[in-house]
Amino acid sequence: MEAARGKCPNAFNMIYNVSIGGRNLRIALERDGEEWKLELNAVLFPLNARPIRHGVISLIVDSRVYEAKRDQLGNQARLWINNTPFIAEIPDPRSLTARRSRTGAASTTAKLLASMPGKVLRVMVSAMDQVEVGQALLVLEAMKMQNEIKSPNKGTVKHLITEGTYVNAGDVLVIVE
Amino acid sequence: MFNKILIANRGEIAVRIVRACREMGITPTAVYSDVDRAALHVRMAAEAYYIGPSPALESYLNIDRILTVAKRCGAEALHPGYGFLSENSDFAEACAISGIKFIGPSPASMKIMGSKTKARQQMEKFGVPCVPGNSQALQSPEQAKQIADHIGYPVMLKAAAGGGGKGMRLVTEPQQLQAALEAAQSEALRAFGNGDVYIEKAILNPRHIEVQILADEYGNTIHLGERECSIQRRHQKVLEESPSAFVDETLRRRMGEVAVRAASSAGYTNAGTVEFLVDKDKNFYFLEMNTRLQVEHPVTELVTGLDLVQSQILIAANENLALVQADVEFRGHAIECRIYAEDPGNQFFPSPGKITLMREPSGPGVRLDTGVYEGWTVPTDYDPLLAKLTAYGESRDQAISRSLRAVDEMFVGGIQTNLSLFRRILSDPAFRAGKIDTGYLDRLLTSDARIENHEDAQVAAIAAVLFNVFENETQSVGTANNGARLSDSNWKRAARIESSNMET
Repeated sequence: MEAARGKCPNAFNMIYNVSIGGRNLRIALERDGEEWKLELNAVLFPLNARPIRHGVISLIVDSRVYEAKRDQLGNQARLWINNTPFIAEIPDPRSLTARRSRTGAASTTAKLLASMPGKVLRVMVSAMDQVEVGQALLVLEAMKMQNEIKSPNKGTVKHLITEGTYVNAGDVLVIVE
Repeated sequence: MFNKILIANRGEIAVRIVRACREMGITPTAVYSDVDRAALHVRMAAEAYYIGPSPALESYLNIDRILTVAKRCGAEALHPGYGFLSENSDFAEACAISGIKFIGPSPASMKIMGSKTKARQQMEKFGVPCVPGNSQALQSPEQAKQIADHIGYPVMLKAAAGGGGKGMRLVTEPQQLQAALEAAQSEALRAFGNGDVYIEKAILNPRHIEVQILADEYGNTIHLGERECSIQRRHQKVLEESPSAFVDETLRRRMGEVAVRAASSAGYTNAGTVEFLVDKDKNFYFLEMNTRLQVEHPVTELVTGLDLVQSQILIAANENLALVQADVEFRGHAIECRIYAEDPGNQFFPSPGKITLMREPSGPGVRLDTGVYEGWTVPTDYDPLLAKLTAYGESRDQAISRSLRAVDEMFVGGIQTNLSLFRRILSDPAFRAGKIDTGYLDRLLTSDARIENHEDAQVAAIAAVLFNVFENETQSVGTANNGARLSDSNWKRAARIESSNMET
């Protein structure tokens, strides 16, 4: 694996924090067709990914072949690598529960980050506004999808991004205190 | 020869019998319950008949319904498979009365072997070794002491009405006997309302080894060697192999001869299995006889080259056995893994449900007897056996390597299965060294299982992201393609133009 490793330039357009088996992994990706650049734990790997059929992706990670399978058990998605099941969670800033788990249930400050690069299409609140749980704050367009970002808690809007801004993954969109 | 056989069973064994019929030019005729309309055995059969609601009592165990179908469809013979009605002598008798040949032994020999006490008496009469002891209730502590002294310690006290370990006591020394007897009797009384306790020599950490026999209707009986079935969980076999790593040429011949004698003594015909407990000094004791085809018959088929289901059908059709004992040759080694829909993470609790993704293993030396397919919903009404994965090799080592490779190739998604258990067994040094007995699996399961593989976890995290990305892609195909499609209505086109204007 050593040969393919390299210093990671800060050029990834997809950044995810994945929780797996109680650990959190930061995965940064950049895509060129079937070939991807992958940064994991600050190390760079080449990755080739080909969907085989629904629920099956063939992966070549740094020349090593894996078949990833995904199935659903009840309402939980399982990922299978080498016949070992894993439960992976990708916290999504659009989802209320994910935000709660990241900021901690007791915390009253919510910092909403962009999960993918995109454009802030609309902002529906102003700084220092009082907002309710579930109130729509802004609309982020990413991967050709419009996503309404809602407030995870009741509080005051402390920081707010400007309408029309292009954001990168990980940028702060709004802070509700 | 028969033209049509009714298969009074379901699942993988019904599929197995369908295959034998096809190969012999016989019309395989299936039966099915409500929930089994789309089961594999129905899809593969030539004819199929509905026999009732899903609960087995109202369908696969319903003698009247099955016999009505058998007569109506014109089957000359009926194969009961294993389980369900296969060891029911009343059913075998009812078949005979209806003029339908039951593919199995006569009702009379089924009755002898079906009763523990009758079978034991019969076996003792014909010099078949049984576990030393008495099978009648002990009358007094003095009588218990007398018998225990005679058969030698350690001894086991067992409740006559028993089961599940209740009323059982292991006694290793004479001075423990009286207290243990009182405890066993009161426990048996509380558990079963019957305080009768009998005494048997305790066979510590025995192996469970069985011998396959074939007998035609002209008095010819042969054995096809042994199957090692010591890997069990709660008396349920999990993995079987042939030959047993513990059985040498001499022991095989002795056990084979005894098995043939046991079968002949009961006038046994067709395929059957004599089960033995074997102690560490290679003493073996008659346990019981199974008067049907066994689940694990494929391992015997692979090492003998014989087709047991076809043999059963030929015997039932009054054919002579095609071979004598001296013709039976053993070659190589075979291992069967019973793949169940059950959760190894939750005490092997049954896990029925829809199989959303399935990959079947193949390649050299691999045989899969399956009763399921991708898209099939494993019903809650029956045994959760999905498939039997049997691997053959020239040696035991090769059979183990092939089994492991095939288990790794196999995938069943959407439900829980015990596939991971076989990976543990097949790579366990004690198993690979042949050091197994009936306590093996419990010991393995109490040892620590978790081997954290960080690399697999990392790949799983990457895959989780990629599944998300690819999924979003397919979801956004509609919006990505803004070009108007000619087949669209004006209404749809207008809506799309409007929404794309909004986005920019």
